[in-house]
Amino acid sequence: MTQTPILLVLLLALTSAAYYFGCKRAFRVADGKIRKLHSLPGYYGLYVALWAALPALLILCAWLLFQGSIITRMVVSSLPDAIQQLGPDRLNLVVNDIRNLVSGNIVSGQPDATMLAAADYYRSLLSVSRNLLFVVVIVVAGLSGWFGYSKIRMQHRARNGVESIINWLLVACSMVAILTTVGIVLSVLFESIRFFQAVPITEFLFGLEWSPQIALRADQAGSSGAFGAVPLFAGTLLITFIAMTVAVPIGLMSALYLAEYASARVRAVAKPLLEVLAGIPTVVYGFFAALTVAPFIRESGSFLGLDVASESALAAGLVMGMMIIPFVSSLSDDVINAVPQSLREGAYGMGATSSETIRRVIFPAALPGIVGAILLAVSRAIGETMIVVMAAGLASNLTANPLEAVTTVTVQIVTLLVGDQEFDSPKTLAAFALGLVLFLVTLALNFLALYIVRKYREQYD
Amino acid sequence: MTNPSNALPEGASSFARIQAGMAKRRAAERRFKMLGRLAVSVGLLFLSVLLISIVSKGYTAFWQTQMRIDVVLAAEDIDPEGTRNAETLRKADYSSLIKQSMRDMFPEVSGRRDKFALYGLVSNGAAFDLRDKVMADPSLIGTKVSLWVPADDDVDMLMKGHIDRDAAEGDRRIKDNTLGWIDQLKAEDRLELRFNIDFFTKGDSRDPELAGIRGALMGTIFTLIVTLSLSFPLGVAAAVYLEEFAPKNRWTDLIEVNINNLAAVPSIVFGLLGLAVFINVFGLPRSAPLLGGLVLTLMTLPTIIIASRAALKSVPPSIRDAALGIGASPMQATLFHVIPLALPGMLTGTIIGMAQALGETAPLLMIGMVAFIADVPQGVFDPSTALPVQIYLWADSPERAYVERTSAAIMVLLGFLALMNLVAVLLRKRFERRW
Repeated sequence: MTQTPILLVLLLALTSAAYYFGCKRAFRVADGKIRKLHSLPGYYGLYVALWAALPALLILCAWLLFQGSIITRMVVSSLPDAIQQLGPDRLNLVVNDIRNLVSGNIVSGQPDATMLAAADYYRSLLSVSRNLLFVVVIVVAGLSGWFGYSKIRMQHRARNGVESIINWLLVACSMVAILTTVGIVLSVLFESIRFFQAVPITEFLFGLEWSPQIALRADQAGSSGAFGAVPLFAGTLLITFIAMTVAVPIGLMSALYLAEYASARVRAVAKPLLEVLAGIPTVVYGFFAALTVAPFIRESGSFLGLDVASESALAAGLVMGMMIIPFVSSLSDDVINAVPQSLREGAYGMGATSSETIRRVIFPAALPGIVGAILLAVSRAIGETMIVVMAAGLASNLTANPLEAVTTVTVQIVTLLVGDQEFDSPKTLAAFALGLVLFLVTLALNFLALYIVRKYREQYD
Repeated sequence: MTNPSNALPEGASSFARIQAGMAKRRAAERRFKMLGRLAVSVGLLFLSVLLISIVSKGYTAFWQTQMRIDVVLAAEDIDPEGTRNAETLRKADYSSLIKQSMRDMFPEVSGRRDKFALYGLVSNGAAFDLRDKVMADPSLIGTKVSLWVPADDDVDMLMKGHIDRDAAEGDRRIKDNTLGWIDQLKAEDRLELRFNIDFFTKGDSRDPELAGIRGALMGTIFTLIVTLSLSFPLGVAAAVYLEEFAPKNRWTDLIEVNINNLAAVPSIVFGLLGLAVFINVFGLPRSAPLLGGLVLTLMTLPTIIIASRAALKSVPPSIRDAALGIGASPMQATLFHVIPLALPGMLTGTIIGMAQALGETAPLLMIGMVAFIADVPQGVFDPSTALPVQIYLWADSPERAYVERTSAAIMVLLGFLALMNLVAVLLRKRFERRW
């Protein structure tokens, strides 16, 4: 990997040279009559430089992305048949060993002759690939640069060429968002389909038992491998509900107060301070929930004679509610401020007090936006990970009691995927199925929120 | 506007009716206002409790108990052949020298268990400190040196008052005889709280007294460099296209809806994407900042695009018209006139996106940045963790001393976040323009 930067620097030098020669040729072609050139001389330089850099860069990126998997496939096909016949997971271990041998790390067990040979082959392929990459990139940059160079004429429309190249680059950049969505959908969908081949989708969606440990031996106790996700959905909803009962009243009331009552000075101080709550990383909230709030709730519970689990849903929900307050309040604040002043003045003119105006005029007018804000906050709470990972438990209880420990979808995704995984066991694949559910639910909530805001918005102008 | 008129006799003037209801309405008004005040103060209370609890738990981690020990660096123990060869010096048994010095300080201690407890007063890292000192200056061999080494985390906790001396011996991590030694060391001025430089210069460690945030901080910096260098150009380019050049059709509508939705997708889903696509399909190295940076790029891109579009939108059309009017092409008008004016806004959005990426943990867990890594990473391909992940790992560790270190790491993280937001605010103030 060390030579990639060298290659990049070399490419940069070539591009600068291309710019220089492009400009120079433009001057020579113009023969002193620069005003007769179609474009400014710099555009000719840029044109050649873009031609030199872009194809080579494209090849470089594709090469680096696919080099690893192609070399691995070649090495695997060179292995003796006995090894190739192994299952995919065992084969994966062998490949890992070979990679470790190549990079000089510790390997599991004594490497035998075939392994060493394979490692040597891997190493030789790698060095061939690197040298080839070097040559190909430089040659391509030179050739395509020459192509751009040779096109320079007096009437060549270099500016239009450069601009259309830039335009295509911009289009490509805006495609990244689409590609990301496609990538997310494909990655969770494929693994989920594999999961649903092992576990029926009805069992996953409606099963009441969640215990993803798969038995390694047939006679092992307690590892039935049940994949009923209802306890996770219930736990997620319970914690989300607690969070919303904290966040909605506080967020909404503070938005109303700051928008309608507070003096400009109070507003200038309190609003940013409340928004600090949204800027604090969730891992900090998780730490706070696990080490400060949960013990506090447990102690006050035992003081009242209640039996509170040390990882109660209440602690996680409460802290999550704290985090969500600014979402509700700043989104509602925008909506409340969008209610035109004339409505307020009309209500005051009729003799209504401020609170009557707020409750009977402003709140109904702002309601669609407020509902949208709350739905967005719910989607945020469902997808929140670190607070629940640190403060909610792993025990999949199907309960509505906030004092007990529950687990959530995001906690299970993290637990199933952190550490070493085998990519064909339902245990790992289950995480992707949960991810699919999470993605679809939050997507649906976002669409619903936008739909409500658009559909029921009052048009005042 | 409740209807109080029922209480009044028929025919009373409407003014009297309104007067009769006023007391109730005023009370309702006051209640409503109080509720609003209450909500704001509860929100602010949450914030202050959170910050106070973190700071009060964490500020002690910036000091660390150090112990002064006198070590006899006998030549026959370290370098019996007198070669002063670096390899020999490296391999010498320094921990037995430190044990010897502890025995010299407390000659009365006997018995395996007691001796073991005595050796436990000094951190495991003391031997490495001693080795580094000897290797830096081999002429010390043969002399007796006095040096400050980190004390064990239990001693540290006792010195900071986190271990209750008065608890029953069985409930305490430090037993009575150890307590006696510590008191004696303190009386001899051999124990001292000193500024904890190791916390900022060392990587992670299984021993709390040796654990530092340097490794995680470097990992975070490398990750953010990757994120910034990808997401800023990509985000600005996408925003420029959508705002300035894109035709209004279904395709660009789709892109817009997509970006808005991506902004609300839970961050853990981006981790799943990284795992399935970047690791399993492209075979990028697991746990590397490069991978973390790629995932965080995709996550922060919507934020940057939305902020950059807002910045572009706020540049008045007259600028474009003026440029086009004197013969600039649309691309020239955008590149040389609109973008420079929108740049401060775009930078502000980017900084906010970076702050978001700095605090993000969940997707990094998915792509293996949670491994225990003691080395400080040297580049974007080295395995590493990030600061928030380090906080998560330490918060899970059972030792009492990790609590204050976690809080201190949080304080460092919050400090960086505050700094980034401050820069964003200043940038906005400095370059804000009203057209």
